[in-house]
Amino acid sequence: MLKGISLQVGRGEIVALIGANGAGKTTLLRTLSGLLRPRQGAIRYQADAGGRETDLTQIPAEEIVGLGLSHCPEGRGVFAQLSVRENLVIGAYRRSDRQGIEDDYRRICETFPILGERASQAAGSLSGGEQEMLALGRALMSRPRLLILDEPSLGLGPIIVAELFKVLEEINRQGVTLLLVEQNAVAALDLSHRAYVLETGRVALAGSSCELLNDSNVRRAYLGGTP
Amino acid sequence: MTAGYIAQQIVNGLILGSMYAMVAIGFSMIYGIVRLINFAHGDIVMIGAFVTLGLLQSLGAPFPVVAVGVLLAGGLMGVMIERAAFRPMRGAPQVTGFIASLAVSIMLQNLGILTLSAQPRNFSFPDNLQEVIHAGGVSFRVIDLVIMAVAVLLMCALILLVRKTKLGMAMRATAENIEVARLMGIPINRTIMAAFAIGSALAGIAGLMWGGKFGQIDPLLGYVPGLKSFVAAVIGGVGSIPGAILGGYVLGLAEVLFVGLLPPIYSAFRDAFVFATLILILLALPNGILGRATEDRA
Repeated sequence: MLKGISLQVGRGEIVALIGANGAGKTTLLRTLSGLLRPRQGAIRYQADAGGRETDLTQIPAEEIVGLGLSHCPEGRGVFAQLSVRENLVIGAYRRSDRQGIEDDYRRICETFPILGERASQAAGSLSGGEQEMLALGRALMSRPRLLILDEPSLGLGPIIVAELFKVLEEINRQGVTLLLVEQNAVAALDLSHRAYVLETGRVALAGSSCELLNDSNVRRAYLGGTP
Repeated sequence: MTAGYIAQQIVNGLILGSMYAMVAIGFSMIYGIVRLINFAHGDIVMIGAFVTLGLLQSLGAPFPVVAVGVLLAGGLMGVMIERAAFRPMRGAPQVTGFIASLAVSIMLQNLGILTLSAQPRNFSFPDNLQEVIHAGGVSFRVIDLVIMAVAVLLMCALILLVRKTKLGMAMRATAENIEVARLMGIPINRTIMAAFAIGSALAGIAGLMWGGKFGQIDPLLGYVPGLKSFVAAVIGGVGSIPGAILGGYVLGLAEVLFVGLLPPIYSAFRDAFVFATLILILLALPNGILGRATEDRA
C-alpha cells in the first residue's frame, strides 16, 4: 500500500528504489505501468522533450507500453511455452514497423548472443540468468524511453549480476531512462544517479546515490554496514 | 465379427470423434486463456444445430453457405456470452465463473424451449448429401465424409492460426500470463474475445454435425455433447488444443468400439463407458494425454 508518495524521474537518469520487503516498491511500479489503479493522485509522464504530458492513471496498461514506458516485471515473467524469438517479437506487439522490429531483434541477439542461439527453443528451458536477459531484451523491443525494472538481479549469481548491470548502464547511455527496484541496494546505488528509500508505503529518504551510500541510516538498514 | 465390421465401427468412431473434437477445442481454448470451465459451451452446439436447420430447411441455402453461416452464428454467440456473462466476472474465483456458465447454460436451454418449443424436430440434409457410399466393405453417407473433412480442415486452420499468427501468439501469451501480456501491449479483452469467438464457432459447426448425424434436434441437445466434449478435453489435457483434438477422437472411438464390440445388452451403458475411459486415463495420466503439469496461475 502506498500513502501519498511523490517522486520524480528525469529524462536520461537512472533512479533506484530501495526498501525492505513490503515497503511498496513493486506496488509503485505496477501502478506506473497501469496494472494497478491508484485511488487518488496522478502520474505525469512526458515521453519526449517538449511533448504532450499525459496522466498515466487514465490509460490502460496495454496502451501505456505504446507511450514508451516498458515494465520488466518481477520474476521476469517470460512466456515459458513461447519460443525465445516469439518472446522477443511479442515485446514489439504495439509496433508495426516490420523492418525496425527485425533490426531490433538482430541487435538484441548481438547484445545477448545466447538468445540468438536459442531462438527457437522454449523460453522455459533457459536458465535464470538467460531468462533475465530475455525479459530485458523483450522490454527493449518496444523501444522504450523509460524502462522500469523490478528486481532484475533476483536469484542470479554475482557474475551474471555484474554483467547485467553493465548492460543496463549501456542501455542508459543510449538514452533510455531507467527506474529500478532492487534488493541488492549496494549494486543499485552504484549504478544509479539518484535513489529513493521507501518505508511502509512512504518515501523515507531521497537523494543522490553517493549521498545515500554514505548515509549512516541507510548503511545500517540496507547495506549491512556498521554506523 | 469381420474385418469389415470393425472397419465400419472405426469409421463411425471417427465421425463421432470429429464432433467431440470440435466442441472440446473450444472448451480447452477458453479454459486455457481465462481458466473458465464453460458449461454453456454445449448449448452453442444446440444453437448451431438450430441455425443449420433454419438456413437449410427454411431458406434452402446451399451447404457451404450454411457452414459459413453456422460458424458466424456460433462465433457471435460466444462473443455475446463472453461480453455479457464472463467479462464482468474476470478476476473472480474460478467457481464463480463456473456457476455463471451454468446459469448461461440454463438460460440458453430455456430460451430455446420458449422460442423453439421442446418438441424435437426432424433434421435432414438434401438428398445428395444423404447418399450412401460403399467402399471396401465400409459404408457411410456423403455428409459423414463432409463432416470429417470440414473438421480436419478447421482443425488445421486453427493450429496454423495459433502457431503462426500474431493473434495466435497473443492468445498463447495471454493464456500463460495475463498480466505480463498486458505489459507487452496485448489488448487482452480483444484476445479473450477472439478465443471465445473461435471456440464457439467450432461448437456451432459441431451442431451442424450433430443434426446431420442423428437427424433430430431439440433445445436440450447440447447437454450430452457438452459433457462428453468436456471429458474429451480433460482426457487430452485441458488447455491444449492438440490434446482436445486427440481426446475427441479417443473418446469417439472408445465409445463406438465399446458399443460395437461388446454384446448388444451392454449398449445401454454407452455413457458409463465414456466416463470409465476418463477415469482410467486420468488414473494413468492425471494431466491428460498431452497436458502439462502446471500449477494454477496466481
